[in-house]
Amino acid sequence: MTPRDRGQLAALLTPVTLFLGIFFFGPLIIIAVYSLLSPGLYGGVEWSFYHWNFGRIFGWADGLIEVYEPVYLRILARSLGLALLTVIVCLILCYPVAFWIARLPQRARMVFLFLITLPFFASLIVRLYAWLLILKPSGILGTLFAAIGLDPPEILYTQTAVILGMVYISVPFMFLPLFSSVDTLDRSLIEASGDLGAKPWQTFLKVILPQTLPGIAGGSVIVFIPAVGNFIVPDILGGAQGLMIGNMVEQQFLASRNWPFGSALAMVIMAVVLVVLVVFTSKAAKAGASR
Amino acid sequence: MPDLLTIAGARRAFSTPEGKTFLALDGIDLTVGDGEFVTLLGPSGCGKTTLLRAIAGFEQIDSGSITLDGTDLTRLAAHRRPVNTVFQSYALFPHMTVARNVGYALEVQGVGRGDREAKVADALDKVGLNGLGGRKPAQLSGGQQQRVALARAIVAQPRLLLLDEPLSALDRNLRQAMQLELKDLQHRLGISFVFVTHDQEEALTMSDRVVVMRAGRVEQAGTPREIFRKPANRFVAEFIGETNLFTGMVSAGTLVTASGLRLDLPNGAADGPATAVLRPTDLTLGSSGLAGRVTRAVYLGADLQLRVALDSGGPDIAVLARDSAFAPKDGDRVTLSYDPAAVHLMAGTQ
Repeated sequence: MTPRDRGQLAALLTPVTLFLGIFFFGPLIIIAVYSLLSPGLYGGVEWSFYHWNFGRIFGWADGLIEVYEPVYLRILARSLGLALLTVIVCLILCYPVAFWIARLPQRARMVFLFLITLPFFASLIVRLYAWLLILKPSGILGTLFAAIGLDPPEILYTQTAVILGMVYISVPFMFLPLFSSVDTLDRSLIEASGDLGAKPWQTFLKVILPQTLPGIAGGSVIVFIPAVGNFIVPDILGGAQGLMIGNMVEQQFLASRNWPFGSALAMVIMAVVLVVLVVFTSKAAKAGASR
Repeated sequence: MPDLLTIAGARRAFSTPEGKTFLALDGIDLTVGDGEFVTLLGPSGCGKTTLLRAIAGFEQIDSGSITLDGTDLTRLAAHRRPVNTVFQSYALFPHMTVARNVGYALEVQGVGRGDREAKVADALDKVGLNGLGGRKPAQLSGGQQQRVALARAIVAQPRLLLLDEPLSALDRNLRQAMQLELKDLQHRLGISFVFVTHDQEEALTMSDRVVVMRAGRVEQAGTPREIFRKPANRFVAEFIGETNLFTGMVSAGTLVTASGLRLDLPNGAADGPATAVLRPTDLTLGSSGLAGRVTRAVYLGADLQLRVALDSGGPDIAVLARDSAFAPKDGDRVTLSYDPAAVHLMAGTQ
């Protein structure tokens, strides 16, 4: 690399470095520092070191070693579970559809790809309130069930509603990476596998799945990360039993005005997601290499 | 040679995006003998690849039947047919090592690891790729990938090997070396090959029998020599190598063209409209015969390629003469001799 190349590279990278430095790392550092301070009486922070924010998350509230109540860990675990379930449901929904659309003629493909991105044209909040109208007992679903003489299902304000809503908002993010890997899958590989005597399920496991693994991994990661911290869906559709860790953070910052504790929660979520991600990607890379 | 593969009345229609129907296979009858090397030859769109894919089971035929060694394959899925394919693009599994690619057919059959490794090593040995089993396909050259595709297709010892223009991606020298090697391999393995190509030279070099196809039909099937020397019609004559065609009326052992050229024919030529075939190599620079003027002379090393405008008119004719002391240049007058027995006569003028 010549000095001239270096200069050009630096010039090209400066805007993104400045932007991320100020608007990404700046807030991150503020949160990291706040998570180790004491909460102020009326919000804000007091500048004294206080590590019980983290203690409270791991189950020991405010220095009381005797009382172990890991309520936040439980909510975090539930959030991870719900996010994982969202990923799985999205995968099951999107994978076959990706194959179907990839086989369509060019014009039809464009139509379907447009339809999949169509929800982005309306506000997320509005779309979630539409689900509220569908799911509430006197709503569309309830009316339909009543019309055929059944009791309306109780979905609203349950975890089912949260998963429904999360899957609904996540489907495009799962579909697009999945589609691009399914679409670039070389069809002659499938034919070659069959030609060599592989039964259809063997072809799927040994050729199609490993070849589309990058899309599966990519889609899963993009769906999983925002799903863990999502608080809008549980806010609108979840009720008390659908609360997720994102709601906790939101509450600490807005309702309880305990910024240090909210910051500590945010740091823990970030760390957990990071660990999950590293384990997952290294596993996926290993699977991709050995298959 | 007992018949191994029999195709009878195979038809396959596709609908084009414009809503028309395109007959890719228009009633194909074909047999392939046990241990025979058959080449399907034709221009693109003639149906040769569709026919190959129908034998492999990737395409269904609308009507007709495909029988292999007495078993009806017509409605059998590809993975149940004892037939393997070498793909034009090789279609190697990029996420598997060379050894795992080659052993794939055995792996899916449930052959044990030890047995599999021995057979993989043997197949790699047959194609000259010893010691490369641990590489990924992307780490190999085009020629090596081609050999892996070949090894993968023969490892399970199929009765019939299908090859879809396998040499088309290789450069000229490698292609010629592989032609001989493939032929040699086929002899050693003793399995039948059905080879698709649009390269007539490749077809003549390698095949026991060449099947010339056009528009979903078989135009002619025969040994390379038959196809070259005794083409069944104008299409075959023109497709297989450069040729001179003379169209006219035959009477009393002589063909007279519209422009007045007279061509002596072999004994026993029937009277009536006919087309005569005379290859460029059958014409020699002599003292009696067809007189004309050289319009273009190209020196090819051992040979001399000439275009000659005959005094009697008609299209220029092509001559391929051995280079000798007498090397005519553009504009020189020449006389072309030929042996009437070398002239091949086809009835009709089409």
